[in-house]
Amino acid sequence: MHIIVCIKQVPDSAQIRVHPVTNTIMRQGVPTIINPYDLFALEAALALRDRFGGTVTVLTMGPPSAEDSLRKALTFGIDRAVLLTDRFFAGADTLATTYALAAAIRKIGETFGAPDIVFTGKQTIDGDTAQVGPGIAKRLGLLQLTYVAKINTLDLEAGTIEAERRSEGGVQVLQTRLPCLVTMLEASNEIRRGGMADALRAARAEIVKWSAQDAGVADIAKCGLRGSPTIVKRVFAPPPRAEKATMVDIAGQPPADALIAHIFQRAPKLEAELAALARGY
Amino acid sequence: MSEPTKAPAPSGRAATKKELPEHFKSYRHVWVFVEQERGQVHPVSWELMGAGRKLADKLKVDLAAVVIGPQGEVSRQAAAEAFCYGADLAYVVADDLLADYRNEAYTKALTDIVNTFKPEILLLGATTLGRDLAGSVATTLLTGLTADCTELDVDPDGSLAATRPTFGGSLLCTIYTLNYRPQMATVRPRVMPMPERVARDPGRIVTHPLGLVEDDIVTKIRAFLPDRDSAKSNLAYADVVVAGGLGLGSPENFQLVRQLAAVLGADYGCSRPLVQKGWVTSDRQIGQTGKTIRPKLYIAAGISGAIQHRVGVDGADLIVAINTDKNAPIFDFAHVGIVTDAIRFLPALTEAFRARLSPHSRDRIAS
Ligand SMILES: Cc1cc2nc3c(=O)[nH]c(=O)nc-3n(C[C@H](O)[C@H](O)[C@H](O)COP(=O)(O)OP(=O)(O)OC[C@H]3O[C@@H](n4cnc5c(N)ncnc54)[C@H](O)[C@@H]3O)c2cc1C
Repeated sequence: MHIIVCIKQVPDSAQIRVHPVTNTIMRQGVPTIINPYDLFALEAALALRDRFGGTVTVLTMGPPSAEDSLRKALTFGIDRAVLLTDRFFAGADTLATTYALAAAIRKIGETFGAPDIVFTGKQTIDGDTAQVGPGIAKRLGLLQLTYVAKINTLDLEAGTIEAERRSEGGVQVLQTRLPCLVTMLEASNEIRRGGMADALRAARAEIVKWSAQDAGVADIAKCGLRGSPTIVKRVFAPPPRAEKATMVDIAGQPPADALIAHIFQRAPKLEAELAALARGY
Repeated sequence: MSEPTKAPAPSGRAATKKELPEHFKSYRHVWVFVEQERGQVHPVSWELMGAGRKLADKLKVDLAAVVIGPQGEVSRQAAAEAFCYGADLAYVVADDLLADYRNEAYTKALTDIVNTFKPEILLLGATTLGRDLAGSVATTLLTGLTADCTELDVDPDGSLAATRPTFGGSLLCTIYTLNYRPQMATVRPRVMPMPERVARDPGRIVTHPLGLVEDDIVTKIRAFLPDRDSAKSNLAYADVVVAGGLGLGSPENFQLVRQLAAVLGADYGCSRPLVQKGWVTSDRQIGQTGKTIRPKLYIAAGISGAIQHRVGVDGADLIVAINTDKNAPIFDFAHVGIVTDAIRFLPALTEAFRARLSPHSRDRIAS
């Protein structure tokens, strides 16, 4: 069995600061991490390898420094890492991203064996779109299972997979055919700590590095900024509310009563509604 | 959707609007995908109808509802309802193979009608279903898709201006799909206000065949396991919400938020750090990566008001902030603020509300 996991290196959001004056993101010196949602995809792949054997390849598209995230993935026990890096990929929106990743996945298939499953996280914490997984699936003609909380069964002989997919108001139990693309839901598992041997291997391992040409990308014009149908035209700080908050004076009457008086003064209908709501309890 | 990390205003390309390719010029009208599951239309669909109506009026084009679902009453009802929320017409793909959501069948249905009737704008809810479907459809059509928009508008030249938070929500960016059609966007539940429902007779309904048989659809639904009612939080649609942040200092103190919520008949929520610390479950998180709320009253205790939190609560009618720091950013967008220690103040507020809202209990104490 061969599994490919797509991950993204993202800035560690906990450490992002916005410049107080210029309102721009201060990116310098912000450490990068593997997109936290992708850890669930990595663990799901490793858990399947535990049960069925085979290999797991991790793939990322990014700048040369994204190698850090690949090495980190290797410490968990991932077998092979591929870095897709080329200046042509810069500025890609999700459509251009899936074009490049799909090409690389095809190439990985030709080079190391066709994948049975391609995993991604449910979304990234920087882009937040949840579009790349479905996009890759569509481009490769794979069936897709998104927001998967649990893989129930995998039958390699029959080429089928059954999984629990989160949907509004419940869980769909879906069965589909391999090969397929699965996006994993958060909290669906917990990433393992790799062993000492994995750590040593990760430090020494050769990372497969592909340019657009190496990956067999057919049309450079479909990559990066040029290949992106969406265009960011304006970036701006959210406008402040025109009117400032009314501050409750805490001297004088009991502050709680003062606050409640302010609330009902501003929203006169609210008192009756709240009384009705409260009675409901 | 563009990576928000993308540099602002990429020079050259973004600034110049090339002529829209000839084959896209016939794309007209605004469409809203009406999401229904198990006979229930997701309210985000009507919220989108409200937003779509404004775009259509500005463009002087029609607003169409797109209903995909099983044959019979469910789909008929959803289409009829769409007219009450402002649709000029409805496209309906009704087939029993569409009774439950499956990506393959829904992608085919939506892609086919887009290719047949050619809308210029297509809006979907950013739900699990909507995101699953939108990603597949946009990739099939090779067009642009902007996720989680907080504002939609059309420029004087008629192009859709889709605004969304960029990296971490600290800034907003406006994204265009200038040279491809349709221009696709998703919007999360509760981001747009719910338009008023006006009873109306259904207008024109255009039906379209699915063109699949069950054997064509590989994915099979083995079961549907509904969530336990107790596990469901209605936070996004609650009328009153009380939330706590790191200022509460400990998971025990979060009880104070729950107690106030109980007295108000409210739902409760929290800022993200409380979820990360494991004090509160993730379905209670309010903000950019949590729920968007639009209550009549929102009380935030010990929450600083980071922009990622703000984008989730901006739609509230009345925002009340309790914070020890008079310079906390939350006072920049709260309507009423009080500078005080929430841990001591919340119990007093809970008691004061209890006394005021249920006079009987007060009478009893008084007598
Ligand atoms: C990509 C990304 C996505 C994010 N998404 C979200 C999101 O969806 N939702 C969200 O909430 N955050 C989100 N955040 C995090 C956000 O940036 C803030 O870090 C977070 O909202 C802060 O939470 P807080 O206000 O509880 O804590 P803090 O910022 O630490 O604020 C605590 C506040 O409590 C006050 N305080 C202290 N003691 C008391 C007391 N005794 N009584 C009253 N007040 C007191 C302090 O003055 C302070 O203002 C996101 C961040 C990133 C980078």
